[in-house]
Amino acid sequence: MKDSRRRSRKVQTYIWWGVAWLATALVLFGLIDMVGSILVKGVTSFRFSMLVTLPHGFGGGLRNAILGTFELVIISIVFSAPLGILGGIYVSEFASHRVANGIRFLTEVLSGVPSIVIGYFGYLLMVLQWGWGFSPLAAGIALTIMMLPYILRNTDSSLTQVPLAQREGAWALGMTRFQAVSRVIWRPATNGILTGVLLAVAIGMGETAPLLYTAGWSTLDPKLSLLHQPIGYLTYVIWTYIDMPYDESHALAYSAAFLLVLVVLLIQVVLRLLVNRRAFGRN
Amino acid sequence: MRPVRSFTKTADKVFTMVTGLCASSPIVFLVVIALMVLVQAIPTLRLMGWKFITQTEWNFGSLYGTMQHIHGVMVPAGATYGALVFIVGTLASSVIAIVIAVPISILTAVILAYQVRGRLQLSLSILVELLAGIPSVIFGLWGMVVLAPWMQHSLGPLLIHIGTVIPYFKGPVGTGMGLLTSGIVLALMIVPIITATTRDLLQQVPTLYREGGLGVGMTTWEVVRLICLPYVKDGMVGAVALGWGRAMGETMAVLMVSGNATNHLPQNIYSPTATMASTIASKLDSALGDASKMGVHALAELALLLMVLTLFTNLLARWLVSRTGRGRRMRVKVSA
Repeated sequence: MKDSRRRSRKVQTYIWWGVAWLATALVLFGLIDMVGSILVKGVTSFRFSMLVTLPHGFGGGLRNAILGTFELVIISIVFSAPLGILGGIYVSEFASHRVANGIRFLTEVLSGVPSIVIGYFGYLLMVLQWGWGFSPLAAGIALTIMMLPYILRNTDSSLTQVPLAQREGAWALGMTRFQAVSRVIWRPATNGILTGVLLAVAIGMGETAPLLYTAGWSTLDPKLSLLHQPIGYLTYVIWTYIDMPYDESHALAYSAAFLLVLVVLLIQVVLRLLVNRRAFGRN
Repeated sequence: MRPVRSFTKTADKVFTMVTGLCASSPIVFLVVIALMVLVQAIPTLRLMGWKFITQTEWNFGSLYGTMQHIHGVMVPAGATYGALVFIVGTLASSVIAIVIAVPISILTAVILAYQVRGRLQLSLSILVELLAGIPSVIFGLWGMVVLAPWMQHSLGPLLIHIGTVIPYFKGPVGTGMGLLTSGIVLALMIVPIITATTRDLLQQVPTLYREGGLGVGMTTWEVVRLICLPYVKDGMVGAVALGWGRAMGETMAVLMVSGNATNHLPQNIYSPTATMASTIASKLDSALGDASKMGVHALAELALLLMVLTLFTNLLARWLVSRTGRGRRMRVKVSA
């Protein structure tokens, strides 16, 4: 009797571990199936000429979308990087414990706001109320709101990891807090801050929902003007051209997805390797 | 000793102020977003009242006809905005996602935390977290061209047999775009969130507790089930709430695989559906054509509702996760 109970407990343990491994395999299978099928379809439909030609009604190239994605990411980084980095410095270096925790918390909350709500907010305020129309600037600001929490959080946490002794050393030399931050403390935190900015770039490139209502869509190359000019971007191509009934438009959508996955995955893999190596090195 | 120059002092003050301003930007954004959406939603709030969340019919009205005055607001003739279909769609698809994702992610987290180590642990963790970095439109594309056909031809016909026990599984399967497909895609999107958080929590369980379990003769799995999982319970619930909030707010993936239903509540788990987020995205053109701007206001109320829902789940989640970190050791000691 005792023996059979022991055996059943053992068998149960084996079964549960088996189920757990199955679950892990399922997650990995989902990832591999998704990335794999996108890459395969992308490779077979991608033509290098797509990089330099403009799209027409149901096919063509991606030049406008690639340039547009770059422009939007650059605009949003120009806003979000200073805001996020300086904000992170304040939270980690200057704010009192309570204020710092409050800002951290609200930053997390901001990153939880659905992206479509941010896009619709951009539409209501910038496109309609301020009369900017569908424009790169409105889209860039919507993306800024998406990217800001990542940059702020990463700056804050990498500055917090700088040992107090380094600060005290700087203060002991008679530096003000500004001098201490600008000459000493930021150096060991550079990697962490850059990680945050790159992560934000990867996120900005892959976003669609905040742009639907703010960027519009244009089949022409982006103009220099920041206002009143709709602008194309890669994720829009994926979303709309896959819905058209033509093989050529599907090929364009797959190619756009292929490019996007390639760039975003590259950034993510490099980042996570860097981050995790640091984390493992510390232990 | 050389005194500090006044320029340096001013620079210090200015720098502190500028960084302080930048640090307040997330708060400013949050408040402005909430206010903007709320103010724009007021006309529909006045027009529809509670009917907004109890009525299933969503109709922009005749955009070319004459306007009517109802409750002091101008609306196109026949316009009515009932969001029940979208609310049900949001809740149903996110709950399906949670039901699928929670067991899978917790089991995966257990494997990542206890069964693998070193380089294998690192690479498996990176792979799982990569899922979180893939753009949502790619999830949508995959759901559309791979998952939906598979649902239509393989999984759906198989699941119909459960229909004799649970009526919601009864056919017809339809095109494969619908509630269940959205749920599966959403599940895959939130698995990395729940897995990463749970793994981190599991690694915080003191080794002594686990060794104690082994010492009294528990099997390795019993240690996980009876010691580790109860220890991280609160945090795990928080992680699930975090994933839930994400699933409710997701737009593009759902928009591409949900089949975009309007005015019809889902009949079974294969029915086409639409969530609040996907509706805001898909009704853009109709709202633009509405001269009375009522469509825009109606979508603003939808955005407001969505924001309130996700904010609530997010606050709950953060509170639960942070509670596990703090004061946890104390309570365990007391209860042990």
